[in-house]
Amino acid sequence: MDLNGLKYTKTHEWLRVEGQLGIVGITQHAQEEISDVVFVELPKVGKMVSQGEETAVVESVKAAFSIYAPISGTITTVNESLSKDPGLINRSPLEQGWIYKIELRDPAEAKALMDAPAYEAWAKGNKH
Amino acid sequence: MEKKHSPGRILEPLLKDLGQDGRRAFQLPKTDLPAVAPETQIPSDWVRSKPAALPELSERDLVKHFMRLAHLNFSVETNFYPLGSCTMKYNPRVHEEIAGLSGFAQLHPYAPDSLSQGTLQLLFELERMLAEVLGMDAVTLQPAAGAHGEFTALLMARAYHEAQGRPRKKVVVTDSSHGTNPASAALCGFDVVEVKSNARGRVSLESLASVVDHDTAVFMMTNPNTLGLFEEEVMKVTQLVHDKGGLVYMDGANMNALLGQVRPGDMGFDMVHVNIHKTFSIPHGSGGPGGGPVGVKAHLKPFLPAPMVASGSAGYRLESPGPQSIGRVRSFFGNVGALVRAYAYIRSLGTDGLKQVSEGAILNANYLKELLRGIYPIAVDESCMHEFIASAKEMKASQGIKAMDIAKRLLDYGFYAPTICFPLIVEEALMIEPSETESRQTLESFADALAKIKHESEETPERLRTAPHRMPVSRLDEVQAAREPNLRW
Amino acid sequence: MDYVPITDHDREVMLEKIGVSSVQNLLNIPRDVPRARLQLPPPLSEPELLDLCRQIALSNRSIDPKRSFLGAGAYSHYAPSIVRYIASRGEFLTAYTPYQPEASQGTLQAMYEFQSLLCELTGMDVANCSLYDGATAVAEACLVALRETDRKKLILSSGLHPEYRQTVRTYFQHSDIEVIEAPLQSGTTDLDFLNSSVNSEVAAVVVQVPNALGLLEPVDAIEKTTHAKGALFITSVNPVSLGILKPPGEYGADIVVGEGQPLGIDAAYGGPYLGLFACRQTLVRKMPGRVVGMTRDAHGRRGFVLTLQTREQHIRRAKATSNICTNEAMMALAAAVYMASHGQQGFRELAEQNLRKAHYACEQLSKIPGVSPMFGKPFFNEFALEVPIDPETLNRRLEAKGFLGGLPLARWDAQWKRGWLVCATEVQTKESIDAFAQAVAESCKDR
Repeated sequence: MDLNGLKYTKTHEWLRVEGQLGIVGITQHAQEEISDVVFVELPKVGKMVSQGEETAVVESVKAAFSIYAPISGTITTVNESLSKDPGLINRSPLEQGWIYKIELRDPAEAKALMDAPAYEAWAKGNKH
Repeated sequence: MEKKHSPGRILEPLLKDLGQDGRRAFQLPKTDLPAVAPETQIPSDWVRSKPAALPELSERDLVKHFMRLAHLNFSVETNFYPLGSCTMKYNPRVHEEIAGLSGFAQLHPYAPDSLSQGTLQLLFELERMLAEVLGMDAVTLQPAAGAHGEFTALLMARAYHEAQGRPRKKVVVTDSSHGTNPASAALCGFDVVEVKSNARGRVSLESLASVVDHDTAVFMMTNPNTLGLFEEEVMKVTQLVHDKGGLVYMDGANMNALLGQVRPGDMGFDMVHVNIHKTFSIPHGSGGPGGGPVGVKAHLKPFLPAPMVASGSAGYRLESPGPQSIGRVRSFFGNVGALVRAYAYIRSLGTDGLKQVSEGAILNANYLKELLRGIYPIAVDESCMHEFIASAKEMKASQGIKAMDIAKRLLDYGFYAPTICFPLIVEEALMIEPSETESRQTLESFADALAKIKHESEETPERLRTAPHRMPVSRLDEVQAAREPNLRW
Repeated sequence: MDYVPITDHDREVMLEKIGVSSVQNLLNIPRDVPRARLQLPPPLSEPELLDLCRQIALSNRSIDPKRSFLGAGAYSHYAPSIVRYIASRGEFLTAYTPYQPEASQGTLQAMYEFQSLLCELTGMDVANCSLYDGATAVAEACLVALRETDRKKLILSSGLHPEYRQTVRTYFQHSDIEVIEAPLQSGTTDLDFLNSSVNSEVAAVVVQVPNALGLLEPVDAIEKTTHAKGALFITSVNPVSLGILKPPGEYGADIVVGEGQPLGIDAAYGGPYLGLFACRQTLVRKMPGRVVGMTRDAHGRRGFVLTLQTREQHIRRAKATSNICTNEAMMALAAAVYMASHGQQGFRELAEQNLRKAHYACEQLSKIPGVSPMFGKPFFNEFALEVPIDPETLNRRLEAKGFLGGLPLARWDAQWKRGWLVCATEVQTKESIDAFAQAVAESCKDR
C-alpha cells in the first residue's frame, strides 16, 4: 500500500482518497499514545459529517480519544471487525485498523491536510 | 452471555458455585393463612415460570463466604488509606449504633409528622449546623452524593438566572477540577468551559477574566483545590464573577481543611456542597452511600429542592416547595441514615473539635510532605492544606517507573495507594491525603515505605513494574476486562 | 470527643520538622479572608452523645412492623440478622470505591455477585453496582434511552411513582426534552393513549410494575406499542415482586430500574436506599455508574476490576454517560446478602407470602361496609381501596389504636378523595391483618 498517498490531520487521523471515497483511520503515532485499544465507538452509517467534527471515539482502559473527520461527507461503511477485535487499531493502524469510509462532499478539502513528511515532522515537534 | 475465557485459579468461589439446592440461610415464619395457588390471585401468565436462580446456601456458608471476601479488602479500619481528595478518616463506630436505633432505622418516609418528630428535629438542627459551618443561609439535605449536590446546585443556578430574566448558558470549571464538575454541568445542559491553572496550581485571575462573561452562569471552584492549595485570590475571584452577574459555586470535597477556620459563605461563594462521607466521617461503604448537602445564600433560597423541614408551634413538619423550587431531585427526604451520622459527628466535636479536625488534617499533610521532601518531587512545594501531590515524573524519566507502579508496590507494604494520575495537570501524580485521624507513627512508616520504594526503583525496578507481589492477586488485566466484558455469572 | 490522635508532644515534633512554630502558621490563608467563629452546640462525650441520640430517636413513635400497612414506595420486610452484620463489617464499610483492585477483591467480587443476582432476578443481561435510589435510576435510564435513540420525547406512565415522575421532570426541566405523562385507565396505563402518542420521536416509554397503585400493568401490549416505533421500554420494578412475577427480561424490557430498598434495607425515613439498574447487553456501554468485570491477573488467577470506566465522569468529564461518582455500594452488598440468604426457593416463598397476605388483607378489608377495591385489577402486595370516610381522618383514628394506616391517595392525585393505598408484606400475620381490619371497621363507623 502506498503510505505516501495518505493525508494527515493535526489530530492524528489519516485519510486515503480513492475517487469519491475516503478511508479514515488513526496514525501509528496516535495508536502508540492511546496504547491498548479496548473499544471503538463507530459512527452511524449514513451520518453526514463536516470536516473537524467528532465522528468516532477510540477508548483505552483509562482514556477516551475523539476521532475527528478529516474531511466532510457521508459515512458509507464502518469497519465492523473493530467491534470484535479493537486491537486491530494497535496492530495495523494504517490498514486493517481503518475506522470508516466516507463519501466525499468536497474532495478539495483534502488539499489542506498534511502529507506524510509534513505530518511526521509535525508529530515529532508535538510529542510530549 | 458468552464467556471467552475460563476463570483460572480462584481465591474464593462465586456464591453460585457454593450453593447446594435445598440449603437455607434463612427461614420465613410459616404463614398462618391457608395456602392457595398464586394463579388464583394473579393471572397465570404473570406467574414466573422458573424461580429466579438465586444460590441456596446455609447461613454458616454464607457468612464464611462474605467474611472471606471481607478479608481480601483493605479498608480504613485495617489499613492506612491516604487516598487524595477522598478524606478517608476514621469512621466512629458509635455512629453505626446510633443510625441503627430502631427509632431512626425503622421510620417510614411517609410516616406522619406526628410520629417523626425525632428525625425531623435532627434534620432541622443538622441543616442549621451545616449552614453555620458553611456560612450559608439555607441548606438542603436531599442530594445523595457530591455529584448529586453539584447537579442540584447547578439547576438552582439555572433557575435563578432565568428568574432574573437573563438565562445564561456557560459554566466555567478549572482544569484541576473533579470530573463530576463538568459532568454535572453538562447534565444540566450547560456549555462547559475549562480555565487553566497558573504555574502555582491555582486559578489565574487573568485567565478567569478572559473566559467569564455575561453568559457565564456559574464558576465552579474547589477550595482548597485538588492540589491541596488554598486559592489565595479567592476573594477577588468571587468578586470578579459577581461583577459579571455570575454565581460562584464551591465544590466542598476538600472542606475538611477548612472546618472552623474559614467559611465558603464568607469567601463570597453563593453555593457549596459538602460530602458528608468525606468531611463528616460517614463511612465510604466501598463506594457509597454518602450525602451531598448543598448550602446556598439567601438569594438562592427560593429555588431549593423540595421538601424542607420547618419548625412551628406544633413541632417540626415537612414543608412543600414554593413556586420557584427546582422540584424534587430524588425520592423521599434524602440519605437520612447517613445524615444521622453527620449529626452525631458534629455534636460530638462541637466548635473546637471541628477546628482540631482541620488543624490535624493540615498538620498531618504538611508533616508527611516534609518526610517525603527530597525523595519525591512535590508538585507545588508550599505549605499545603489537607493534602499534597508528589510526582513520579523523575522516576518515570530515569527508570520508566510510573505512579501506578508505586501505587501497586505500596499495597505490598500494607498501605492503600494514594489517588494516582489526578489531577490531570500534574504528570504522574500521587495525591496524598493522610487525614487527621492518623497517628504520627503511621505517617512515618508510610514515608519509610515510599523511601524504600524509591530505593527499589533504582536497585530492582522490575520488582516495581510487576508489583504487587504480596496481595491476593497480582496486577489484573484491565485490557481484557474492557475488551470482553464479563459482568455476571 | 474528637478522633484526632495528635498529642502535644507529637505536635511539637511535627512542627519542628516542618520548621514552623504553630499550626496556624501553616495555613496560608490570605488576610482578606474572614476567619470563622462558629457557634455550635458544645461537644459531647460518647455516652452523652448516645444518650442524646437515643432521646431523639425516642421522639419518633415506633410502630410494630406487623401493625404498619403503609408502603407507597418503601416497604417493610424482615432482614435476616446476617444482612446487617455483613454490611457493617469494617472491611467493606470503611473501604473506598475499589480503584486499586488488588487491595479490593472482596468488594469487587461482592459487587460482581450483586450484578449477577440482579440479572437472575430481572432476567436481564447486565447490571451495574447501584445508583442512588429508584427515582434517580429512572432518570438515568431515560438518559440512556435519549442517547441511544437520539430522540427528544419521553413518555412516563402516570402509574410511575409520583416522586419518580417529579424527579424525572427535575432532571429534564432545563432541556429541550419533552416529558409526557400517559394517563391511567382504571388504574393502569391507558393503552389507547399510548397507541396514539408513541411515535418515532419518542425515546422511551416508562412504566412501573407493580405500579404506584399496586397494579400489574399490561406489559405485553405496552411492549408491542413501544418497540413498534423503535422506542425503548423501561420498567421500574419492585425486586421482591420478581420472586413470583414474570421477569421484565421475558416481556421485552430494554432497561429495568427500581428501588432496591425492599431487599433488606431499612426504611430510615427515605434513605440511603438502592437504585437498581439492569439492561440489555447492547446498551452496556451507555450504562451509568460503576460496573465490575471478571478478568485474570498476571499469573492467571481469577480477579475482578472496575471496568468500562471510560463511560464515567472521572475520565470522560463533560462527555460522561452520567455524573454519578459515589453510589450505594453498601446497600448493594446488603441486597446481595438478602437475596442469597433467601435463595431460589426462599425468595419465591417470600414473594408468595406477600401476595397471599396482601390478598387476604384486601378481602378482609373489603368486607367492611363502604370499603371496596378501587380498580379490581391484579396486584402484588399493595392495593387501593375506596373508604367511606376521609382517609386522613381514618389514619388518625388508626394511629390512636397503634396502627399505621395506608397512604391517602389524594396526596398524589386530588381526584382520589376517598382512595387509600394499603400494603401487606410477609411481616404481617393473619392475626395482625384481622386486628387491622377490625380497627378499620371501627374507625369507619363514625363518619
